[in-house]
Amino acid sequence: MADIDLTHGAQAPGRAPLLRALAALVVLAALPTLASALGYPALTSLVTRILIYGIAAASLNFILGYGGLVSFGHAAFFGIGGYVVGILYQNYSDETLFLGLVPGSNQMLITLPAAVLVAGAFAAVIGALSLRTGGVQFIMITLAFAQMLFFLFVSLKAYGGDDGLIIRRTNELPGLNMRDKEVVYYVCLGIAALFFAGLARLIRSPFGNVLNGLRQNERRMVALGVAPYRYRLVAFVLSGMGAGLAGALMANFLRFVSPDMMHWTKSGELLIMVILGGVGTLFGPLIGAAAYLVLETLLASWTEYWQLGLGLVLLFVVMRARGGVRALIVALGALLPGRQK
Amino acid sequence: MKTSLRAALMLTALGAALPAFAADPVKIGMITTLSGPAGYLGADIRDGFALAMKDGTLGGVPVELMVEDDALKPGQGRQIAERFMTNEDVKLFTGIVFSNVAGATVPDIVDNGGFYVSANAAPSNMAGEECHENYFAIAWQNDSLHESGGLVANELGYENAFILAPNYQAGKDALTGFKRTFKGEIAGEIYTRLDQTDFAAEMAQIRAANPAMVYQFHPGGLGIAFMRQYQQAGLLGTIPMVVSEPSLDAVILKAVGDAALGINVGSHWNADFDNEANKTFVAAWEQAYGADRPITTYAEQGYEVGLLYASALEATGGDIADEDAFREALRAADFASPRGNFSFGPNQHPVEDWFALEVVAGPDGTPMLQTKSKVVENYGDFYSEDCQM
Amino acid sequence: MTLLLEQLLNGLQFGVMLFLLAAGLTLIFGIMGVINLAHGSLYMVGAYAGTWVAAQTGSFWLGIPAALGAAALTGVAIEALVVRRLYARDHLDQVLATFAILLMANQLVTLIFGRQPLYTAMPEALSGSVELLPGLFYPPYRLAIIAVGLLVALGLWALINRTRIGMLVRAGSTNREMVRALGVDIRLLYTVVFGLGALLAGLAGFISGPVMAVQVGMGEQILLSTFVVVVIGGVGSIRGAFVASLALGVIDTCLRAYLPGLLRQVMAGPEADALGIGISSMGIYLLMAIVLLVKPKGLFAGNG
Repeated sequence: MADIDLTHGAQAPGRAPLLRALAALVVLAALPTLASALGYPALTSLVTRILIYGIAAASLNFILGYGGLVSFGHAAFFGIGGYVVGILYQNYSDETLFLGLVPGSNQMLITLPAAVLVAGAFAAVIGALSLRTGGVQFIMITLAFAQMLFFLFVSLKAYGGDDGLIIRRTNELPGLNMRDKEVVYYVCLGIAALFFAGLARLIRSPFGNVLNGLRQNERRMVALGVAPYRYRLVAFVLSGMGAGLAGALMANFLRFVSPDMMHWTKSGELLIMVILGGVGTLFGPLIGAAAYLVLETLLASWTEYWQLGLGLVLLFVVMRARGGVRALIVALGALLPGRQK
Repeated sequence: MKTSLRAALMLTALGAALPAFAADPVKIGMITTLSGPAGYLGADIRDGFALAMKDGTLGGVPVELMVEDDALKPGQGRQIAERFMTNEDVKLFTGIVFSNVAGATVPDIVDNGGFYVSANAAPSNMAGEECHENYFAIAWQNDSLHESGGLVANELGYENAFILAPNYQAGKDALTGFKRTFKGEIAGEIYTRLDQTDFAAEMAQIRAANPAMVYQFHPGGLGIAFMRQYQQAGLLGTIPMVVSEPSLDAVILKAVGDAALGINVGSHWNADFDNEANKTFVAAWEQAYGADRPITTYAEQGYEVGLLYASALEATGGDIADEDAFREALRAADFASPRGNFSFGPNQHPVEDWFALEVVAGPDGTPMLQTKSKVVENYGDFYSEDCQM
Repeated sequence: MTLLLEQLLNGLQFGVMLFLLAAGLTLIFGIMGVINLAHGSLYMVGAYAGTWVAAQTGSFWLGIPAALGAAALTGVAIEALVVRRLYARDHLDQVLATFAILLMANQLVTLIFGRQPLYTAMPEALSGSVELLPGLFYPPYRLAIIAVGLLVALGLWALINRTRIGMLVRAGSTNREMVRALGVDIRLLYTVVFGLGALLAGLAGFISGPVMAVQVGMGEQILLSTFVVVVIGGVGSIRGAFVASLALGVIDTCLRAYLPGLLRQVMAGPEADALGIGISSMGIYLLMAIVLLVKPKGLFAGNG
């Protein structure tokens, strides 16, 4: 079985994408005002979800598109990030110690870094083992670890088991009213902007180049004296940390965590977002997340048979548009104005 | 630049695709599970609710029912609720089938001044300390289901029981609930897996233990597989079985067929109840959906939520702006319930009677649920004392 | 002792069910390199089509050709209309396409057959239970499933080792390019393999009907276990799939049956039960992880 070969080349972002990114940021910054003015305030929370899933998908894309490693278990890190926030909150509100050692917290400045670190630690262990395989076996072994974590959390009665943990209040940030959904949106937007800026730098860094080189021609890189395993492991850990960050934000946004966050279908959804948006592109996963979530929301509000529509559109995209979402946007753009009332 | 403009246009179009109607009819948001193996649960709640409506009105007040599929994903349920509340200004909600979706969705609704009447899911945390004045449960508190199972087992005089449920929260609650009221001994306790479809290993263990009876909680497809395999293992007719109503609703009964004969069920309602309200309901169901479609406990739940909202809307003349008045009207539960005796307890969960049913061969030979006796009257739940409203 | 024997039979029966699905999946995986997420949908199509025909005609046996035919036709249609156009593409595009098919299949089945699970009758001749050994009662239907599974395994062995198609399949799973270079009509071979895989999945779906529940989404649950079998056995290897299916079936069943009891020796009852079943849920994944760490290509990897 040949290793996964990715036809989409990894692109380093140049100047024009930077301008485009800034323009998008401006539009996103104005969104809550726009949404309220138009009378559809729920748009804001839809876009919050898109940003959060965008971070998770872009993290997955970092090892998939740039590292050539297809992880089918990234929802595990997403869920771990969420559970760190949830468990810390539970310990905070019960005034108990986690494992009798760690006090709880409801401060985002503590919970977010904690979530990122814990997710990174899990990624280090899972990655260290999984990277001994490659190709299809890598897909399946990452899935295996994610499933194990899923079943672990389903059995943990102390943390709600299958029913999950309710987080009564969003974590606090000094000086901000986190009970306001618009504030949460801006916090997510800010974190997403920082995340993507950091990701862009990472991809263009020597580390990113080595990773990219390993994907394109491992033998040559080894000949150059690069140890593939170590580089890939670091990339996997970073990727897991990104997914953990997204999970922590999701827990704050939903004020709820459950094993559903690490179900294998969630890993599949993240993969689909990446493929939809374009593998190995910086903002592709964000666009993919937007396309997927918007489509899901739209179709679900039109018909209870929305999954049929979703399947058709996905099939259309993959058959006609070679995995890119541009054709999807064009198709939807042609479709939507006709539905305006 | 072009792409982001497109994206902005798309977002606008997305907003426009969800039109806001004139404020006339009272909007009711139904978030329920319509896809996947559990899809029939949500469909029955929805279709039962529709029977309570008369020409688009509830209690003489025009209503608009908005239904969306949560696909059994907590995040999705939460997102739908938020869209209904902010875009459509919906205040009245119902429909959620599963506790995990309810956990993610309901706190957001009631914290923001909405009302939620739960059709099916009624987890213990929302009945006790975390109860809320805007949260009502129409059918039961989850534990009552299994406490009634224990009462049925006592009534039948079994001395010991082998108990099984899937290894998830509702399964653990089920066995705890059963043990709370069952007076006999526990001959064996097994947790099965949520992803399990083959129960042969468990059947062998049951046979080895040779208990006086088996109590099992396996809703939906799991239950179908369990009961079939129980029969195939030759245990049916040898070791009696008691279940709670979600394990043997009318749809499962139809799918299981003869393998269900003789099983005892603890239930808060049955289609054969002899009261006017129930006869009206069953007749309306058969007229609307045909006598072939099984009438489930989920349909009854949806119908009763409809009746409850209708009674409150009628009492307040359709005014939901005065929250206190509307809440009082809901608390009164001023309608004739198909289950007979029903009122809300202090935590706004039901106080009702529970019954023992048995699966018998019907007039044409197909198995049907027959009411045998009343096992307890005016039964509330264990959590209401923790509820400070 | 009889209990252990019975559990071993149960494990064997679960194993051959897995094998029926895994055989097709591993061939499609190994020969065409396609990760077919829609394989579980073919299992569902077979179950629904067969059960429906059986209910309409009142004969379980007429359900079998219906299930085989419907699943094989669906498989061939999926291959010809979708998968064939994606062979040259990235694996990920195939994942997306087959996932889309999975979504549509679930919803179409809901539209055609409704949301309620179907009732499936058991053939008269195989109902009840027989006494195999003194004290060991076993349903003959399950024995029949075991027999069918072993027969299929034998048939596949003969097909692959004794026929020209089998030779091409073997060649295809070890060196795809070579077969193509030899001028063989690889497209036809692909369609045949896909159809055969679908047929076996449909058979598995239908015969599982009287034991389990015929309902929407029934394919997804078993799909993951099947992938585990394929990967443990080695992608493309029928022999590997056979060994891994039976091993997994037996191990999974025994973990479920005996682990809680073993844990109960060292801790309180309910905790032991919950923990035991939690660990047994993870069991097959743990096993896969261990196998892959020792043999990164699976037990019987035929290709490099």
